[in-house]
Amino acid sequence: MWDYTPIVKDHFLNPRNVGDIPDADAIGEVGSLACGDALKLYIKLDDNKDKIVDAKFQTFGCASAIASSSALTEMVKGKNLDEALAISNQDIADFLGGLPEEKMHCSVMGQEALEVAIAKYRGHEAPVHSHDHDHGPAYPDQEGTIVCKCFGITDIFLKKVIETNRLTTPEQVTHFTKAGGGCGGCIPKIKELIDEVMGASPEEPRKRPEKLTNMKKMQLIQEVLERDIRPLLWADGGDLELIDIDGAKVQVAFRKACAGCASSGNTARMVEIKLRDLVAEDIVVEEVSQ
Amino acid sequence: MKEIYLDNNATTKVDEAVFEEMRPYFCELYGNPSSMHFFGGQVQSKVTEARVRVADLLGAAPDEIIFTACGTESDNAAIRSALEVFPERRHIITSRVEHPAVLTQCRNLTQRGYRVSEIGVDGAGRLDMDEYKAAVDTDTAIVSLMWANNETGVVFPVEEAAAIAKSKGALFHSDAVQAIGKIPIDMSTSSIDMLSLSGHKLHAPKGIGVLYLRRGTPFRPFMVGGHQEKSRRAGTENAAAIIALGKACQLAGQHMEAENTVVKAMRDRLQDALMTAIPHARINGGGAERLPNTTSIAFEFVEGEAILLLLSEFGICASSGSACTSGSLEPSHVLRAMGVPFTCAHGSIRFSLSRYTTDAEIDTVIREMPPIIAKLRQMSPFGREHLKAQA
Repeated sequence: MWDYTPIVKDHFLNPRNVGDIPDADAIGEVGSLACGDALKLYIKLDDNKDKIVDAKFQTFGCASAIASSSALTEMVKGKNLDEALAISNQDIADFLGGLPEEKMHCSVMGQEALEVAIAKYRGHEAPVHSHDHDHGPAYPDQEGTIVCKCFGITDIFLKKVIETNRLTTPEQVTHFTKAGGGCGGCIPKIKELIDEVMGASPEEPRKRPEKLTNMKKMQLIQEVLERDIRPLLWADGGDLELIDIDGAKVQVAFRKACAGCASSGNTARMVEIKLRDLVAEDIVVEEVSQ
Repeated sequence: MKEIYLDNNATTKVDEAVFEEMRPYFCELYGNPSSMHFFGGQVQSKVTEARVRVADLLGAAPDEIIFTACGTESDNAAIRSALEVFPERRHIITSRVEHPAVLTQCRNLTQRGYRVSEIGVDGAGRLDMDEYKAAVDTDTAIVSLMWANNETGVVFPVEEAAAIAKSKGALFHSDAVQAIGKIPIDMSTSSIDMLSLSGHKLHAPKGIGVLYLRRGTPFRPFMVGGHQEKSRRAGTENAAAIIALGKACQLAGQHMEAENTVVKAMRDRLQDALMTAIPHARINGGGAERLPNTTSIAFEFVEGEAILLLLSEFGICASSGSACTSGSLEPSHVLRAMGVPFTCAHGSIRFSLSRYTTDAEIDTVIREMPPIIAKLRQMSPFGREHLKAQA
């Protein structure tokens, strides 16, 4: 049995915003019956065509697909289109208190439907895949070639998901996109894409900035936690959440395998060293149980 | 919450009488059956009794029974043995719908130079006998075909298939894990050489299996070491579990008729009621001969994991052929081999009953299932489109 969080269970058993919006401004459809999950997202904008005032969904899929769709509709309401576009699949998973890694593709599907809806509203195509075994890509004009024939997934889409989620193994790519989960024939190609995205763009060695405004500092702390620290914890089945930043004091709470772990003190020190390294040298990391 | 357990093809409850039978063999009668002293000897005599009980259920002789740790071990041992016995034969035949215990091993063997033919099935899950007949040749070392399918309950004509294998000098093994205890099996009139059985599928505990090995069949052991099981399976006997399995086989023989009348009637009532109440559903393997306790029903436009979790809210335990339940991404290889369309494969639910199933439990499922499917279809874009098109 999957270890779903109470929030996932709640959004599955009592999904919010199921249905359709007859006069929707934007509709995003991804997935297919063949793939085993599909999502149709409806978005309604305010009179200024700026803020999302309503969102509804229909989903064919497992509990986490339904919960991810429900979460997404709750998250986008009240946001303008650019803010909505900034929602990542990890944000959806976080909103739900986390998803089993094997189920991360459900959150990706949500993010993707949103992107398609907004792109179509703005009159251009999004880098999506078709999920369609029979009919080829849903967006034939889009550039890119199909990598995973079983699930109809293009290199462009894969590169995007690899980059946003900083995926390092083909197995992770399968969990996030399904690619490689059918016949497995494309796994070597997926490895190449990972190398291309994660290896070929070596980042300049990052350095601690000289001076930071408070706002910038907070942003940077969040960025380092997301990019450098949480993926390390995920690898061991753990996670952390940023609770508060007060001057140089950063409060974090450990989740999943890290919660109550005897060595969480060491983990907190590791976080502190990393933050001192990349943000500011006076940072103090405190573990709170919340 | 009290469970309504309709997942007996996954595992079964240990019968209380079975548990009582094995109970003394942990803390009191813990001797090693191989020991020379009286203390081991009394365990030895119970193991012998258990061997007779298992043999009786199968219509076999006691020395044809080899105790193993599980069905998977029995399957592995049978296939490995045949390949060692016939080193010059390089061909294996199995089916596309076998349990992974057989299929994975066969596929691995292709990497060691063996030719493997996976025989297909028709839309009802029946073995393609023409394809099978054409595949058997004098290079075939072993044919391994399941007696009954775990997902659909479809029964294969294993006796007929065994006779064909025999005519080419090949050994014949059947994974009978799902069939034993549910339908009568008589090895005394059979030409099957080897048969696998698993204790936990017939109300014995997990961790005990049997490989039936016909007298005179050449055999090379999978596990080597001590002299246990006449040197055909080394390792100290799991005496308590063996004794439990003996009791479970005795009880299975006694309940065989009820399994095929009372249990079958409940299964039929369940599937008839669900098929009547729920449109756009189909019985996987409905057109074939099936086990009396199993029904696999495909509900279009919805996904299996979601159905299972909603059923679980009512304490109802079933299983699904959907991809999402297993963490794999493709729906069941059995349903795909049967050509079940994708519209249905993801929404297939298997109910497997046992002699413990009650009419009241079946009533609960008949009551709760239709609203669950309706709720999910209302949520599914495909279900809604379909409902709209109909309206």
